Amino acid sequence: MSGVTIQNLSKIFPKEDGTVTQALESVDLEIQDKEFVCLVGPSGCGKTTLLRIIAGLETATTGSVTVDGDAVTGPDPKRGMVFQEYSLFPWRRVIDNVSFGLEMKGVGKEERRQTADRYIEMVGLSQFRDAYPYELSGGMRQRVAIARALANDPDVLLMDEPFGALDAQTRNRMQKELLCLWKKTEKTIIFVTHSVDEAVYLSDRIVVLSPRPGTVREIIEIPWPRPRDRTSAGFAEVRRRVLRMIAENEDAG
Amino acid sequence: MSLRVNTKQQRWLLGIVSLAAAAIIWQAVADLVVANPFILPSFTDVVSAFISLLESGRLLADLMVSLKHFAIGIGTALLLGVPIGIIMGWFRLADAIIDPIIEILRPIPPLAWIPFAIIWFGLTAQAAGFVIFVGAFFPILIGTYTGFRSVPKIFVEAGKVLGCNTPLKLIRYIALPSAIPSIASGIRISMGVGWMCLVAAEMFGVSDIGLGYALWQNYYHYAMANVLVYMLILGSLGLIIDRIFRNYVDQRLLRWYAGEVA
Repeated sequence: MSGVTIQNLSKIFPKEDGTVTQALESVDLEIQDKEFVCLVGPSGCGKTTLLRIIAGLETATTGSVTVDGDAVTGPDPKRGMVFQEYSLFPWRRVIDNVSFGLEMKGVGKEERRQTADRYIEMVGLSQFRDAYPYELSGGMRQRVAIARALANDPDVLLMDEPFGALDAQTRNRMQKELLCLWKKTEKTIIFVTHSVDEAVYLSDRIVVLSPRPGTVREIIEIPWPRPRDRTSAGFAEVRRRVLRMIAENEDAG
Repeated sequence: MSLRVNTKQQRWLLGIVSLAAAAIIWQAVADLVVANPFILPSFTDVVSAFISLLESGRLLADLMVSLKHFAIGIGTALLLGVPIGIIMGWFRLADAIIDPIIEILRPIPPLAWIPFAIIWFGLTAQAAGFVIFVGAFFPILIGTYTGFRSVPKIFVEAGKVLGCNTPLKLIRYIALPSAIPSIASGIRISMGVGWMCLVAAEMFGVSDIGLGYALWQNYYHYAMANVLVYMLILGSLGLIIDRIFRNYVDQRLLRWYAGEVA
């Protein structure tokens, strides 16, 4: 069981001139175990901040985040994260990147090798296990980053626009692969994206945030089975609805 | 006829031809134009001076002593420069406390420390090593400091969410490997500076043996061919040390780095 509960969460950033920016305001959100949830919203609405608070990389000004009843107080390997930028350690080979988390846990060399190999295979990069990150394409790097997060066997996988820097074709393929991995590993996934198309394709529920200060504006359930057909009428309808919501928000803001 | 240099062998060959030509011109100028071995010893004068210095064992003794001084200086600089650089680069408070002291000491030319080197250590290898240390310490410190200051935030955060959570672990597994290129270039600069300090320290009599000392003694005795031998030895040794270090760093430590930079 790896549900995430967010209660009355606010985040205020102090600015250099003494004033403050309110990024998030009383966010309440309940995410179920094994659920795939996407956070969308106009730029600057604080969706990345929300994700970073769940990860423990930022602290909330008020309110709380709990995972399985345990309050989040700082970064923890139980909550894996995949970043938008390339975050692989360039001085480590693919295999050593993927086994990094296990190394930190003190797992023995042979065991972490085997585990890492399994996840590298899962993302289809066995051929590149001894390559350095610079030898990989953008899509491959993000696959390794996903394998690295999964190798730690986290309860929750947090993804901050992980495919944002990829070309459209690679992006579609990565979405498909991610759904496979999700099915195989049964993780709870919280996924931040700019792309409404991506959100409709991937999620069980789409959480639409309002402009700054971000708060939950609407939650849209998408009960359809996967893989989903991007060209279907239903797909287009949901996409249009979410887009309109974000656009309205932007006009209002 | 092609003017392009294609292969490695061709480059080598060209280098050797160029050096040989320089030696011939040198010989001709010394013999025919200057014609005064005191002002400009000829190439053959220098070669025979080299052979007799080598046979007497003097050259080798000087060389070993200088390398010892160098090792003491660079070794101490590494032992102190890297940890202090790490502490200053990683902990803001330590930076605020140590930085003013460093900034006052740093502009003092290393050679200005020679009097105290002699007072504190006498005419010992440690005294020469100390002067080299002063020259080598700051480039290493600054290389390490800069490297630790510019660790990309994304690596630190990626490390943290993967369970690399204590300051010690973050330094060991994230910051240090990320800073190695900067530390290595600091060390390289420090070896160049250290080498210059070595010659100067020995010349000033911080030691009574060594390449720099021998060079100066030979000048006192007007043995200018010997002076040139020592000059060339100092030059080539500096080159060799730099090359060995560079090869080691490029092949062992920084294979990943070559692919990251343009």
